[in-house]
Amino acid sequence: MTTALRHTWYMTQRHLRALFRQPVWIAITLVQPIIWILLYGALFKRIVEIPGFGSDNYIDFLTPGIVLMTALFSGGWSGMAWIEDMDRGVTDRFLVTPVSRGALIAGRLVQLGIVAVIQSAILISIGLLLGASYSANPGGLFFLVFCSVLLGAAFGALSTAMAVVVRKEETVIAAVNFVILPLTFLSGVFITLSLAPAWIRTAARFNPVNWAVEAGRGALAASPDWSLVLTRVGLLTAFALVCAWLATRAFRAYQRSV
Amino acid sequence: MDHAIEAEGLVKTYPGDIRALDGVGFRVEAGTIFGMLGPNGAGKSTTVKILTTLSRPDEGRAIVAGFDVLERPSDVRRAIGVVSQRSGVDREATGRENLRLQGQLFGMGGRALERRVAELLERLGLTEAADRIVKTYSGGMQRRLDVALGLVHQPKVLFLDEPTTGLDLEVRADMWGEITRLASEEGLTILLTTHYLEEADRLAKRLVIVDRGRVVAEGTPDELKGVLKGDAITVELEEPDLDGRVERALAPMFDVREIQLEGKTLRARSDDGARAVPGILQALESAGVPVASVTVSRPSLDDVYLRMTGRSFTAAESEADAAATERNKRQEARR
Repeated sequence: MTTALRHTWYMTQRHLRALFRQPVWIAITLVQPIIWILLYGALFKRIVEIPGFGSDNYIDFLTPGIVLMTALFSGGWSGMAWIEDMDRGVTDRFLVTPVSRGALIAGRLVQLGIVAVIQSAILISIGLLLGASYSANPGGLFFLVFCSVLLGAAFGALSTAMAVVVRKEETVIAAVNFVILPLTFLSGVFITLSLAPAWIRTAARFNPVNWAVEAGRGALAASPDWSLVLTRVGLLTAFALVCAWLATRAFRAYQRSV
Repeated sequence: MDHAIEAEGLVKTYPGDIRALDGVGFRVEAGTIFGMLGPNGAGKSTTVKILTTLSRPDEGRAIVAGFDVLERPSDVRRAIGVVSQRSGVDREATGRENLRLQGQLFGMGGRALERRVAELLERLGLTEAADRIVKTYSGGMQRRLDVALGLVHQPKVLFLDEPTTGLDLEVRADMWGEITRLASEEGLTILLTTHYLEEADRLAKRLVIVDRGRVVAEGTPDELKGVLKGDAITVELEEPDLDGRVERALAPMFDVREIQLEGKTLRARSDDGARAVPGILQALESAGVPVASVTVSRPSLDDVYLRMTGRSFTAAESEADAAATERNKRQEARR
Protein backbone atom coordinates (compact mmCIF):
# COMPACT_ATOMS: atom_id res chain seq x y z
CA MET A 1 0.00 0.00 0.00
CA THR A 2 2.75 2.44 0.88
CA THR A 3 4.37 1.68 -2.47
CA ALA A 4 1.09 2.54 -4.20
CA LEU A 5 0.87 5.81 -2.30
CA ARG A 6 4.47 6.68 -3.06
CA HIS A 7 3.98 5.93 -6.76
CA THR A 8 0.78 7.99 -6.78
CA TRP A 9 2.69 10.94 -5.41
CA TYR A 10 5.47 10.54 -8.03
CA MET A 11 2.83 10.60 -10.75
CA THR A 12 1.05 13.58 -9.20
CA GLN A 13 4.32 15.49 -9.16
CA ARG A 14 4.91 14.65 -12.78
CA HIS A 15 1.49 16.01 -13.81
CA LEU A 16 1.70 19.12 -11.66
CA ARG A 17 5.12 19.94 -13.04
CA ALA A 18 3.89 19.62 -16.60
CA LEU A 19 0.92 21.81 -15.78
CA PHE A 20 2.85 24.61 -14.13
CA ARG A 21 5.18 24.71 -17.12
CA GLN A 22 2.30 25.80 -19.35
CA PRO A 23 1.65 29.42 -18.44
CA VAL A 24 -0.89 29.68 -21.25
CA TRP A 25 -2.90 26.87 -19.75
CA ILE A 26 -2.87 28.51 -16.32
CA ALA A 27 -3.93 31.81 -17.83
CA ILE A 28 -6.79 30.30 -19.80
CA THR A 29 -8.12 28.18 -16.96
CA LEU A 30 -8.14 31.21 -14.70
CA VAL A 31 -9.33 33.85 -17.12
CA GLN A 32 -12.24 31.72 -18.26
CA PRO A 33 -14.00 31.40 -14.89
CA ILE A 34 -13.23 35.05 -14.12
CA ILE A 35 -15.02 35.97 -17.32
CA TRP A 36 -17.89 33.71 -16.30
CA ILE A 37 -18.20 35.54 -12.98
CA LEU A 38 -17.93 38.99 -14.56
CA LEU A 39 -20.15 38.25 -17.53
CA TYR A 40 -22.88 36.30 -15.83
CA GLY A 41 -22.60 38.45 -12.77
CA ALA A 42 -23.36 41.53 -14.88
CA LEU A 43 -25.88 39.87 -17.17
CA PHE A 44 -28.00 38.37 -14.42
CA LYS A 45 -27.35 41.02 -11.81
CA ARG A 46 -31.02 41.77 -11.33
CA ILE A 47 -32.12 38.13 -11.37
CA VAL A 48 -32.07 38.25 -7.59
CA GLU A 49 -35.03 40.62 -7.74
CA ILE A 50 -37.27 37.78 -8.94
CA PRO A 51 -39.45 36.89 -5.99
CA GLY A 52 -38.34 33.63 -4.44
CA PHE A 53 -34.74 33.72 -5.71
CA GLY A 54 -33.61 33.48 -2.13
CA SER A 55 -30.46 35.60 -2.30
CA ASP A 56 -29.97 39.32 -2.59
CA ASN A 57 -26.50 39.41 -4.17
CA TYR A 58 -25.98 37.46 -7.41
CA ILE A 59 -22.17 37.33 -7.07
CA ASP A 60 -22.70 35.67 -3.67
CA PHE A 61 -24.87 33.14 -5.40
CA LEU A 62 -22.82 32.65 -8.56
CA THR A 63 -19.29 32.28 -7.19
CA PRO A 64 -19.77 28.82 -5.61
CA GLY A 65 -21.40 27.67 -8.87
CA ILE A 66 -18.41 28.84 -10.93
CA VAL A 67 -15.98 27.24 -8.47
CA LEU A 68 -17.71 23.90 -9.01
CA MET A 69 -18.10 24.35 -12.74
CA THR A 70 -14.37 25.02 -13.09
CA ALA A 71 -13.49 21.81 -11.25
CA LEU A 72 -16.00 19.96 -13.43
CA PHE A 73 -14.34 21.19 -16.61
CA SER A 74 -10.80 20.43 -15.43
CA GLY A 75 -11.91 16.92 -14.59
CA GLY A 76 -13.79 16.45 -17.83
CA TRP A 77 -10.82 17.39 -19.98
CA SER A 78 -8.27 15.33 -18.08
CA GLY A 79 -8.75 12.34 -20.40
CA MET A 80 -6.98 14.27 -23.13
CA ALA A 81 -3.67 13.99 -21.29
CA TRP A 82 -4.20 10.23 -21.07
CA ILE A 83 -4.57 10.01 -24.82
CA GLU A 84 -1.35 11.91 -25.32
CA ASP A 85 0.48 9.59 -22.93
CA MET A 86 -0.90 6.50 -24.66
CA ASP A 87 -0.10 7.82 -28.13
CA ARG A 88 3.45 8.67 -27.18
CA GLY A 89 4.08 5.32 -25.54
CA VAL A 90 4.51 6.86 -22.08
CA THR A 91 1.76 4.70 -20.57
CA ASP A 92 3.30 1.53 -21.98
CA ARG A 93 6.73 2.54 -20.72
CA PHE A 94 5.29 2.80 -17.21
CA LEU A 95 3.46 -0.51 -17.57
CA VAL A 96 6.71 -2.42 -18.08
CA THR A 97 8.08 -1.06 -14.79
CA PRO A 98 6.94 -2.26 -11.36
CA VAL A 99 4.77 0.86 -10.99
CA SER A 100 1.55 0.34 -9.07
CA ARG A 101 -1.17 0.24 -11.74
CA GLY A 102 -3.63 2.10 -9.57
CA ALA A 103 -1.09 4.90 -9.08
CA LEU A 104 -1.20 5.72 -12.77
CA ILE A 105 -4.88 6.62 -12.36
CA ALA A 106 -4.77 7.96 -8.82
CA GLY A 107 -1.79 10.21 -9.59
CA ARG A 108 -3.81 12.18 -12.05
CA LEU A 109 -6.88 12.34 -9.80
CA VAL A 110 -4.80 13.69 -6.93
CA GLN A 111 -3.37 16.28 -9.30
CA LEU A 112 -6.93 17.27 -10.26
CA GLY A 113 -7.80 17.59 -6.59
CA ILE A 114 -4.82 19.86 -5.90
CA VAL A 115 -5.59 21.99 -8.93
CA ALA A 116 -9.23 22.23 -7.81
CA VAL A 117 -8.12 23.52 -4.40
CA ILE A 118 -5.88 26.17 -5.98
CA GLN A 119 -8.50 27.25 -8.50
CA SER A 120 -11.23 27.37 -5.87
CA ALA A 121 -9.10 29.57 -3.63
CA ILE A 122 -8.43 31.98 -6.48
CA LEU A 123 -12.06 32.12 -7.60
CA ILE A 124 -13.36 32.61 -4.08
CA SER A 125 -10.92 35.51 -3.66
CA ILE A 126 -12.12 37.03 -6.92
CA GLY A 127 -15.75 36.63 -5.79
CA LEU A 128 -14.88 38.45 -2.58
CA LEU A 129 -13.22 41.24 -4.56
CA LEU A 130 -16.36 41.59 -6.64
CA GLY A 131 -18.50 42.00 -3.59
CA ALA A 132 -19.48 38.52 -2.52
CA SER A 133 -19.68 38.00 1.20
CA TYR A 134 -19.45 34.74 3.11
CA SER A 135 -19.24 36.26 6.56
CA ALA A 136 -22.44 34.51 7.61
CA ASN A 137 -20.74 31.14 7.65
CA PRO A 138 -17.12 31.22 6.40
CA GLY A 139 -16.56 27.60 7.54
CA GLY A 140 -18.87 26.56 4.71
CA LEU A 141 -16.09 27.43 2.26
CA PHE A 142 -14.33 24.28 3.39
CA PHE A 143 -17.31 22.21 2.19
CA LEU A 144 -17.40 24.09 -1.09
CA VAL A 145 -13.73 23.38 -1.79
CA PHE A 146 -14.15 19.77 -0.70
CA CYS A 147 -17.06 19.37 -3.13
CA SER A 148 -15.04 20.89 -5.96
CA VAL A 149 -12.26 18.36 -5.28
CA LEU A 150 -14.75 15.47 -5.31
CA LEU A 151 -16.48 16.72 -8.43
CA GLY A 152 -13.22 17.29 -10.30
CA ALA A 153 -11.88 13.86 -9.32
CA ALA A 154 -15.15 12.10 -10.21
CA PHE A 155 -15.36 13.59 -13.68
CA GLY A 156 -11.61 13.16 -14.07
CA ALA A 157 -12.09 9.44 -13.45
CA LEU A 158 -14.99 9.29 -15.93
CA SER A 159 -12.93 11.12 -18.52
CA THR A 160 -10.06 8.69 -17.88
CA ALA A 161 -12.33 5.70 -18.34
CA MET A 162 -13.59 7.13 -21.58
CA ALA A 163 -10.12 8.06 -22.86
CA VAL A 164 -8.50 4.67 -22.22
CA VAL A 165 -11.37 2.89 -23.95
CA VAL A 166 -11.88 5.05 -27.05
CA ARG A 167 -8.28 6.37 -27.31
CA LYS A 168 -9.32 9.16 -29.66
CA GLU A 169 -9.17 12.86 -28.85
CA GLU A 170 -12.12 13.72 -31.08
CA THR A 171 -14.39 11.28 -29.29
CA VAL A 172 -13.41 12.59 -25.88
CA ILE A 173 -13.97 16.20 -26.99
CA ALA A 174 -17.39 15.31 -28.36
CA ALA A 175 -18.37 13.39 -25.24
CA VAL A 176 -17.20 16.12 -22.88
CA ASN A 177 -19.13 18.77 -24.76
CA PHE A 178 -22.15 16.52 -24.93
CA VAL A 179 -22.17 15.79 -21.20
CA ILE A 180 -20.63 18.70 -19.32
CA LEU A 181 -22.66 21.69 -20.48
CA PRO A 182 -26.07 20.00 -20.14
CA LEU A 183 -25.09 18.80 -16.66
CA THR A 184 -24.16 22.38 -15.78
CA PHE A 185 -27.45 23.79 -17.01
CA LEU A 186 -29.46 21.01 -15.38
CA SER A 187 -28.16 22.18 -12.03
CA GLY A 188 -28.37 25.22 -9.82
CA VAL A 189 -25.04 26.67 -10.98
CA PHE A 190 -26.59 29.79 -12.50
CA ILE A 191 -30.06 30.13 -11.02
CA THR A 192 -31.93 28.78 -8.10
CA LEU A 193 -33.78 25.63 -9.08
CA SER A 194 -36.98 26.71 -7.38
CA LEU A 195 -37.45 28.97 -10.40
CA ALA A 196 -36.74 26.19 -12.92
CA PRO A 197 -39.41 24.04 -14.62
CA ALA A 198 -40.41 20.88 -12.82
CA TRP A 199 -38.66 18.54 -15.26
CA ILE A 200 -35.34 20.30 -14.73
CA ARG A 201 -35.83 20.03 -10.97
CA THR A 202 -36.41 16.30 -11.39
CA ALA A 203 -33.36 15.85 -13.61
CA ALA A 204 -31.24 17.88 -11.18
CA ARG A 205 -32.06 15.46 -8.36
CA PHE A 206 -30.01 12.82 -10.21
CA ASN A 207 -27.26 15.17 -11.35
CA PRO A 208 -23.95 14.91 -9.45
CA VAL A 209 -23.13 18.48 -10.45
CA ASN A 210 -26.24 19.62 -8.65
CA TRP A 211 -25.38 17.54 -5.57
CA ALA A 212 -22.12 19.45 -5.42
CA VAL A 213 -23.92 22.79 -5.91
CA GLU A 214 -26.49 22.04 -3.20
CA ALA A 215 -23.85 20.92 -0.72
CA GLY A 216 -21.35 23.68 -1.50
CA ARG A 217 -23.84 26.50 -1.53
CA GLY A 218 -25.90 25.02 1.27
CA ALA A 219 -22.92 24.96 3.60
CA LEU A 220 -22.43 28.70 3.06
CA ALA A 221 -25.94 29.62 4.22
CA ALA A 222 -26.34 31.54 7.46
CA SER A 223 -27.96 28.53 9.10
CA PRO A 224 -27.01 25.52 6.94
CA ASP A 225 -29.34 22.58 6.46
CA TRP A 226 -26.69 20.07 7.53
CA SER A 227 -28.72 17.01 6.65
CA LEU A 228 -29.01 18.29 3.08
CA VAL A 229 -25.30 19.18 2.90
CA LEU A 230 -24.11 15.88 4.32
CA THR A 231 -26.38 13.66 2.21
CA ARG A 232 -25.24 15.50 -0.93
CA VAL A 233 -21.58 15.16 0.07
CA GLY A 234 -22.26 11.47 0.71
CA LEU A 235 -23.87 11.00 -2.70
CA LEU A 236 -21.02 12.83 -4.36
CA THR A 237 -18.43 10.70 -2.57
CA ALA A 238 -20.22 7.53 -3.64
CA PHE A 239 -20.38 8.83 -7.20
CA ALA A 240 -16.66 9.62 -7.19
CA LEU A 241 -15.86 6.12 -5.92
CA VAL A 242 -17.98 4.51 -8.64
CA CYS A 243 -16.22 6.63 -11.27
CA ALA A 244 -12.80 5.68 -9.90
CA TRP A 245 -13.80 2.02 -10.00
CA LEU A 246 -14.96 2.43 -13.61
CA ALA A 247 -11.64 4.04 -14.51
CA THR A 248 -9.64 1.13 -13.07
CA ARG A 249 -11.86 -1.35 -14.93
CA ALA A 250 -11.39 0.56 -18.17
CA PHE A 251 -7.65 0.72 -17.61
CA ARG A 252 -7.52 -3.02 -17.08
CA ALA A 253 -9.34 -3.47 -20.39
CA TYR A 254 -6.73 -1.24 -22.00
CA GLN A 255 -3.92 -3.39 -20.60
CA ARG A 256 -5.54 -6.53 -21.99
CA SER A 257 -5.86 -4.98 -25.43
CA VAL A 258 -2.21 -3.92 -25.79
CA MET B 1 24.34 -22.97 -21.11
CA ASP B 2 22.63 -20.15 -19.23
CA HIS B 3 19.64 -18.65 -20.99
CA ALA B 4 18.38 -15.15 -20.22
CA ILE B 5 15.33 -15.53 -22.43
CA GLU B 6 13.46 -18.66 -23.42
CA ALA B 7 10.36 -18.36 -25.57
CA GLU B 8 8.35 -21.31 -26.72
CA GLY B 9 5.43 -21.56 -29.11
CA LEU B 10 4.19 -17.99 -28.62
CA VAL B 11 0.84 -17.35 -30.28
CA LYS B 12 -0.98 -14.03 -30.24
CA THR B 13 -4.14 -13.18 -32.10
CA TYR B 14 -5.64 -9.70 -32.15
CA PRO B 15 -9.32 -8.95 -32.66
CA GLY B 16 -10.32 -9.35 -36.29
CA ASP B 17 -8.44 -12.66 -36.57
CA ILE B 18 -5.07 -11.07 -37.04
CA ARG B 19 -2.50 -13.67 -36.09
CA ALA B 20 0.44 -11.54 -35.05
CA LEU B 21 2.42 -14.49 -33.69
CA ASP B 22 2.08 -18.03 -34.92
CA GLY B 23 4.36 -20.08 -32.73
CA VAL B 24 7.49 -18.03 -32.16
CA GLY B 25 10.24 -19.63 -30.09
CA PHE B 26 13.95 -19.06 -29.44
CA ARG B 27 16.57 -18.99 -26.70
CA VAL B 28 18.96 -16.22 -25.88
CA GLU B 29 22.27 -16.98 -24.21
CA ALA B 30 22.95 -14.75 -21.20
CA GLY B 31 25.35 -11.87 -21.76
CA THR B 32 24.95 -11.75 -25.54
CA ILE B 33 23.18 -9.58 -28.09
CA PHE B 34 20.43 -11.44 -29.88
CA GLY B 35 18.78 -10.05 -32.99
CA MET B 36 15.25 -10.40 -34.29
CA LEU B 37 15.16 -9.43 -37.93
CA GLY B 38 12.07 -9.00 -40.05
CA PRO B 39 9.86 -6.53 -41.89
CA ASN B 40 7.19 -4.40 -40.21
CA GLY B 41 4.31 -6.54 -39.12
CA ALA B 42 6.39 -9.73 -38.85
CA GLY B 43 5.68 -9.98 -35.14
CA LYS B 44 8.83 -8.49 -33.61
CA SER B 45 7.11 -5.87 -31.48
CA THR B 46 4.41 -8.29 -30.40
CA THR B 47 7.12 -10.70 -29.23
CA VAL B 48 8.80 -7.91 -27.27
CA LYS B 49 5.47 -6.92 -25.71
CA ILE B 50 4.93 -10.47 -24.49
CA LEU B 51 8.47 -10.91 -23.18
CA THR B 52 8.23 -7.59 -21.30
CA THR B 53 4.84 -8.50 -19.70
CA LEU B 54 2.96 -5.75 -21.50
CA SER B 55 0.87 -8.23 -23.40
CA ARG B 56 -0.23 -11.82 -22.67
CA PRO B 57 0.22 -14.58 -25.23
CA ASP B 58 -2.79 -16.72 -26.19
CA GLU B 59 -0.54 -19.78 -26.20
CA GLY B 60 3.02 -20.66 -25.39
CA ARG B 61 5.31 -19.68 -22.56
CA ALA B 62 8.30 -17.50 -21.95
CA ILE B 63 10.93 -17.19 -19.24
CA VAL B 64 12.84 -13.96 -18.89
CA ALA B 65 15.72 -13.54 -16.41
CA GLY B 66 14.59 -16.77 -14.78
CA PHE B 67 10.95 -15.79 -14.26
CA ASP B 68 7.84 -16.91 -16.11
CA VAL B 69 6.27 -13.85 -17.75
CA LEU B 70 2.73 -15.04 -17.05
CA GLU B 71 3.22 -16.30 -13.50
CA ARG B 72 5.67 -13.75 -12.11
CA PRO B 73 5.33 -10.57 -14.18
CA SER B 74 6.47 -8.30 -11.30
CA ASP B 75 9.76 -10.15 -10.95
CA VAL B 76 10.29 -9.96 -14.70
CA ARG B 77 9.61 -6.20 -14.69
CA ARG B 78 12.20 -5.62 -11.98
CA ALA B 79 14.83 -7.48 -13.99
CA ILE B 80 14.32 -5.94 -17.42
CA GLY B 81 14.84 -2.63 -19.16
CA VAL B 82 12.75 -1.76 -22.18
CA VAL B 83 13.44 0.71 -24.95
CA SER B 84 10.40 0.50 -27.11
CA GLN B 85 9.90 1.57 -30.68
CA ARG B 86 7.54 4.38 -29.68
CA SER B 87 9.93 6.31 -27.48
CA GLY B 88 7.88 6.74 -24.31
CA VAL B 89 9.76 9.68 -22.80
CA ASP B 90 7.74 12.38 -21.11
CA ARG B 91 8.27 15.30 -23.46
CA GLU B 92 7.06 17.89 -20.95
CA ALA B 93 9.74 16.98 -18.41
CA THR B 94 13.51 17.40 -18.50
CA GLY B 95 15.86 14.54 -19.22
CA ARG B 96 16.92 14.40 -15.58
CA GLU B 97 13.33 14.40 -14.33
CA ASN B 98 12.49 11.55 -16.68
CA LEU B 99 15.38 9.48 -15.39
CA ARG B 100 14.70 10.31 -11.76
CA LEU B 101 11.05 9.24 -11.98
CA GLN B 102 12.00 6.03 -13.76
CA GLY B 103 14.47 5.20 -10.97
CA GLN B 104 11.90 6.03 -8.28
CA LEU B 105 9.45 3.56 -9.80
CA PHE B 106 12.09 0.88 -9.32
CA GLY B 107 12.44 1.84 -5.66
CA MET B 108 15.62 3.85 -6.05
CA GLY B 109 16.11 7.17 -4.32
CA GLY B 110 18.38 9.58 -2.54
CA ARG B 111 21.99 10.08 -3.48
CA ALA B 112 22.36 6.68 -5.12
CA LEU B 113 19.67 7.61 -7.64
CA GLU B 114 21.13 11.06 -8.32
CA ARG B 115 24.52 9.48 -8.89
CA ARG B 116 23.14 6.88 -11.27
CA VAL B 117 21.18 9.53 -13.20
CA ALA B 118 24.25 11.76 -13.54
CA GLU B 119 26.34 8.79 -14.62
CA LEU B 120 23.88 7.81 -17.36
CA LEU B 121 23.49 11.38 -18.60
CA GLU B 122 27.26 11.65 -18.84
CA ARG B 123 27.63 8.34 -20.57
CA LEU B 124 25.00 9.07 -23.21
CA GLY B 125 26.28 12.58 -23.82
CA LEU B 126 23.24 14.30 -22.35
CA THR B 127 24.80 16.12 -19.41
CA GLU B 128 24.48 19.53 -21.00
CA ALA B 129 20.88 18.95 -22.04
CA ALA B 130 19.96 17.26 -18.75
CA ASP B 131 17.85 20.12 -17.41
CA ARG B 132 16.19 21.04 -20.66
CA ILE B 133 12.65 20.00 -21.52
CA VAL B 134 12.76 16.91 -23.73
CA LYS B 135 10.61 18.63 -26.36
CA THR B 136 13.71 20.61 -27.34
CA TYR B 137 15.85 17.48 -27.90
CA SER B 138 16.84 16.24 -31.34
CA GLY B 139 15.68 12.79 -32.47
CA GLY B 140 19.04 11.25 -31.64
CA MET B 141 19.16 12.82 -28.17
CA GLN B 142 15.66 11.61 -27.41
CA ARG B 143 16.62 8.10 -28.47
CA ARG B 144 19.67 8.19 -26.22
CA LEU B 145 17.46 9.28 -23.35
CA ASP B 146 15.18 6.31 -24.15
CA VAL B 147 18.17 4.01 -23.77
CA ALA B 148 19.18 5.70 -20.51
CA LEU B 149 15.63 5.21 -19.18
CA GLY B 150 15.90 1.51 -19.90
CA LEU B 151 19.15 1.29 -17.94
CA VAL B 152 18.51 3.35 -14.77
CA HIS B 153 17.85 0.37 -12.52
CA GLN B 154 20.69 -1.75 -13.94
CA PRO B 155 18.55 -4.44 -15.53
CA LYS B 156 19.80 -7.90 -16.38
CA VAL B 157 18.04 -8.03 -19.73
CA LEU B 158 17.56 -5.08 -22.05
CA PHE B 159 14.99 -5.01 -24.86
CA LEU B 160 15.73 -2.66 -27.72
CA ASP B 161 12.80 -2.52 -30.10
CA GLU B 162 14.05 -0.97 -33.36
CA PRO B 163 16.42 1.41 -31.56
CA THR B 164 17.72 3.09 -34.70
CA THR B 165 14.62 3.32 -36.89
CA GLY B 166 14.21 6.90 -38.08
CA LEU B 167 17.71 8.00 -37.04
CA ASP B 168 20.15 9.29 -39.61
CA LEU B 169 23.23 7.28 -40.46
CA GLU B 170 25.71 9.04 -38.21
CA VAL B 171 23.47 8.85 -35.15
CA ARG B 172 22.79 5.22 -35.94
CA ALA B 173 26.49 4.43 -35.92
CA ASP B 174 26.86 6.14 -32.49
CA MET B 175 23.98 4.08 -31.19
CA TRP B 176 25.60 0.88 -32.43
CA GLY B 177 28.77 1.77 -30.58
CA GLU B 178 26.78 2.40 -27.40
CA ILE B 179 24.90 -0.89 -27.68
CA THR B 180 28.09 -2.88 -28.17
CA ARG B 181 29.70 -1.16 -25.19
CA LEU B 182 26.71 -1.89 -22.99
CA ALA B 183 26.74 -5.55 -23.78
CA SER B 184 30.41 -5.93 -22.98
CA GLU B 185 30.74 -3.55 -20.01
CA GLU B 186 27.58 -4.28 -18.09
CA GLY B 187 27.30 -7.93 -19.04
CA LEU B 188 23.79 -7.26 -20.23
CA THR B 189 21.73 -9.61 -22.31
CA ILE B 190 20.21 -7.59 -25.13
CA LEU B 191 17.32 -8.53 -27.36
CA LEU B 192 17.41 -6.25 -30.37
CA THR B 193 14.74 -6.10 -33.02
CA THR B 194 15.48 -4.46 -36.32
CA HIS B 195 14.60 -4.42 -39.94
CA TYR B 196 18.12 -3.49 -40.98
CA LEU B 197 20.20 -6.48 -42.02
CA GLU B 198 23.33 -4.42 -41.48
CA GLU B 199 22.36 -3.69 -37.89
CA ALA B 200 21.73 -7.31 -37.02
CA ASP B 201 24.94 -8.22 -38.77
CA ARG B 202 27.03 -5.69 -36.86
CA LEU B 203 25.61 -6.24 -33.42
CA ALA B 204 24.02 -9.62 -32.93
CA LYS B 205 25.87 -12.74 -31.96
CA ARG B 206 22.90 -14.82 -33.04
CA LEU B 207 19.67 -13.86 -34.70
CA VAL B 208 16.33 -15.13 -35.87
CA ILE B 209 14.56 -14.00 -39.02
CA VAL B 210 10.83 -13.70 -38.46
CA ASP B 211 8.08 -13.56 -41.02
CA ARG B 212 4.31 -13.56 -40.55
CA GLY B 213 4.61 -14.45 -36.89
CA ARG B 214 7.02 -17.34 -37.41
CA VAL B 215 10.73 -17.87 -37.06
CA VAL B 216 11.95 -18.77 -40.54
CA ALA B 217 15.67 -18.97 -39.88
CA GLU B 218 18.05 -18.91 -36.94
CA GLY B 219 21.81 -18.72 -36.71
CA THR B 220 24.80 -16.43 -36.49
CA PRO B 221 24.89 -13.60 -39.05
CA ASP B 222 27.66 -15.42 -40.91
CA GLU B 223 25.71 -18.65 -41.08
CA LEU B 224 22.70 -16.84 -42.47
CA LYS B 225 24.61 -14.80 -44.98
CA GLY B 226 26.57 -17.86 -46.00
CA VAL B 227 23.38 -19.14 -47.54
CA LEU B 228 23.64 -16.29 -50.00
CA LYS B 229 27.32 -15.94 -50.58
CA GLY B 230 28.31 -13.50 -53.29
CA ASP B 231 26.79 -10.85 -55.53
CA ALA B 232 23.85 -11.43 -57.81
CA ILE B 233 24.49 -10.80 -61.52
CA THR B 234 21.55 -10.35 -63.84
CA VAL B 235 22.06 -10.21 -67.61
CA GLU B 236 19.24 -9.34 -69.98
CA LEU B 237 19.80 -10.93 -73.41
CA GLU B 238 18.56 -9.53 -76.69
CA GLU B 239 16.95 -12.83 -77.55
CA PRO B 240 16.30 -16.13 -75.76
CA ASP B 241 19.05 -18.73 -75.96
CA LEU B 242 17.74 -21.72 -77.89
CA ASP B 243 20.71 -24.04 -78.32
CA GLY B 244 22.50 -23.91 -74.94
CA ARG B 245 25.19 -21.57 -76.25
CA VAL B 246 25.07 -19.40 -73.15
CA GLU B 247 25.64 -22.23 -70.73
CA ARG B 248 28.48 -23.62 -72.80
CA ALA B 249 30.10 -20.19 -72.95
CA LEU B 250 29.92 -19.62 -69.18
CA ALA B 251 30.71 -23.14 -68.01
CA PRO B 252 34.49 -22.67 -67.94
CA MET B 253 34.28 -19.53 -65.76
CA PHE B 254 35.32 -20.68 -62.28
CA ASP B 255 34.23 -17.46 -60.49
CA VAL B 256 30.59 -17.63 -61.64
CA ARG B 257 28.12 -20.10 -60.17
CA GLU B 258 24.42 -20.85 -59.77
CA ILE B 259 23.83 -19.96 -63.40
CA GLN B 260 20.11 -19.88 -64.23
CA LEU B 261 18.55 -19.00 -67.55
CA GLU B 262 14.91 -18.03 -67.72
CA GLY B 263 13.74 -16.78 -71.11
CA LYS B 264 15.92 -13.78 -71.90
CA THR B 265 17.07 -13.35 -68.29
CA LEU B 266 20.33 -14.86 -67.10
CA ARG B 267 21.03 -14.97 -63.34
CA ALA B 268 24.27 -15.97 -61.69
CA ARG B 269 26.26 -15.49 -58.50
CA SER B 270 29.85 -14.49 -58.02
CA ASP B 271 32.02 -13.62 -55.02
CA ASP B 272 32.94 -10.37 -56.72
CA GLY B 273 30.31 -9.38 -59.23
CA ALA B 274 32.05 -6.32 -60.65
CA ARG B 275 35.14 -8.32 -61.49
CA ALA B 276 33.20 -11.16 -63.07
CA VAL B 277 31.11 -8.99 -65.39
CA PRO B 278 33.75 -8.24 -68.09
CA GLY B 279 34.54 -11.96 -68.34
CA ILE B 280 30.89 -12.85 -68.71
CA LEU B 281 30.33 -10.20 -71.38
CA GLN B 282 33.39 -11.33 -73.30
CA ALA B 283 32.36 -14.97 -73.16
CA LEU B 284 28.85 -14.11 -74.36
CA GLU B 285 30.18 -11.94 -77.16
CA SER B 286 32.53 -14.63 -78.42
CA ALA B 287 29.61 -17.06 -78.39
CA GLY B 288 27.60 -14.59 -80.48
CA VAL B 289 24.97 -13.79 -77.85
CA PRO B 290 23.91 -10.11 -77.95
CA VAL B 291 23.42 -8.50 -74.49
CA ALA B 292 20.86 -5.78 -73.65
CA SER B 293 21.85 -4.91 -70.07
CA VAL B 294 23.77 -6.09 -67.02
CA THR B 295 23.18 -5.39 -63.33
CA VAL B 296 25.18 -6.42 -60.27
CA SER B 297 23.74 -6.33 -56.76
CA ARG B 298 25.15 -7.15 -53.34
CA PRO B 299 23.35 -9.71 -51.18
CA SER B 300 20.71 -7.73 -49.38
CA LEU B 301 18.11 -8.39 -46.77
CA ASP B 302 15.79 -8.75 -49.72
CA ASP B 303 17.81 -11.70 -50.98
CA VAL B 304 18.05 -13.45 -47.61
CA TYR B 305 14.41 -12.81 -47.05
CA LEU B 306 13.39 -13.92 -50.53
CA ARG B 307 15.32 -17.09 -50.04
CA MET B 308 13.74 -17.84 -46.64
CA THR B 309 10.17 -16.80 -47.26
CA GLY B 310 9.64 -16.88 -51.00
CA ARG B 311 8.65 -13.22 -51.19
CA SER B 312 10.59 -10.00 -51.21
CA PHE B 313 11.08 -7.87 -48.12
CA THR B 314 9.56 -4.82 -49.76
CA ALA B 315 6.50 -6.79 -50.79
CA ALA B 316 6.16 -8.10 -47.23
CA GLU B 317 6.39 -4.56 -45.83
CA SER B 318 3.72 -3.15 -48.10
CA GLU B 319 1.52 -6.18 -47.41
CA ALA B 320 1.94 -5.57 -43.67
CA ASP B 321 1.15 -1.89 -44.06
CA ALA B 322 -2.00 -2.70 -46.01
CA ALA B 323 -3.06 -5.16 -43.30
CA ALA B 324 -2.44 -2.52 -40.61
CA THR B 325 -4.54 0.02 -42.46
CA GLU B 326 -7.29 -2.55 -42.80
CA ARG B 327 -7.08 -3.35 -39.09
CA ASN B 328 -7.28 0.33 -38.14
CA LYS B 329 -10.31 0.76 -40.34
CA ARG B 330 -12.01 -2.18 -38.70
CA GLN B 331 -11.17 -0.93 -35.21
CA GLU B 332 -12.55 2.44 -36.09
CA ALA B 333 -15.74 0.86 -37.35
CA ARG B 334 -16.14 -0.98 -34.05
CA ARG B 335 -15.91 2.26 -32.15
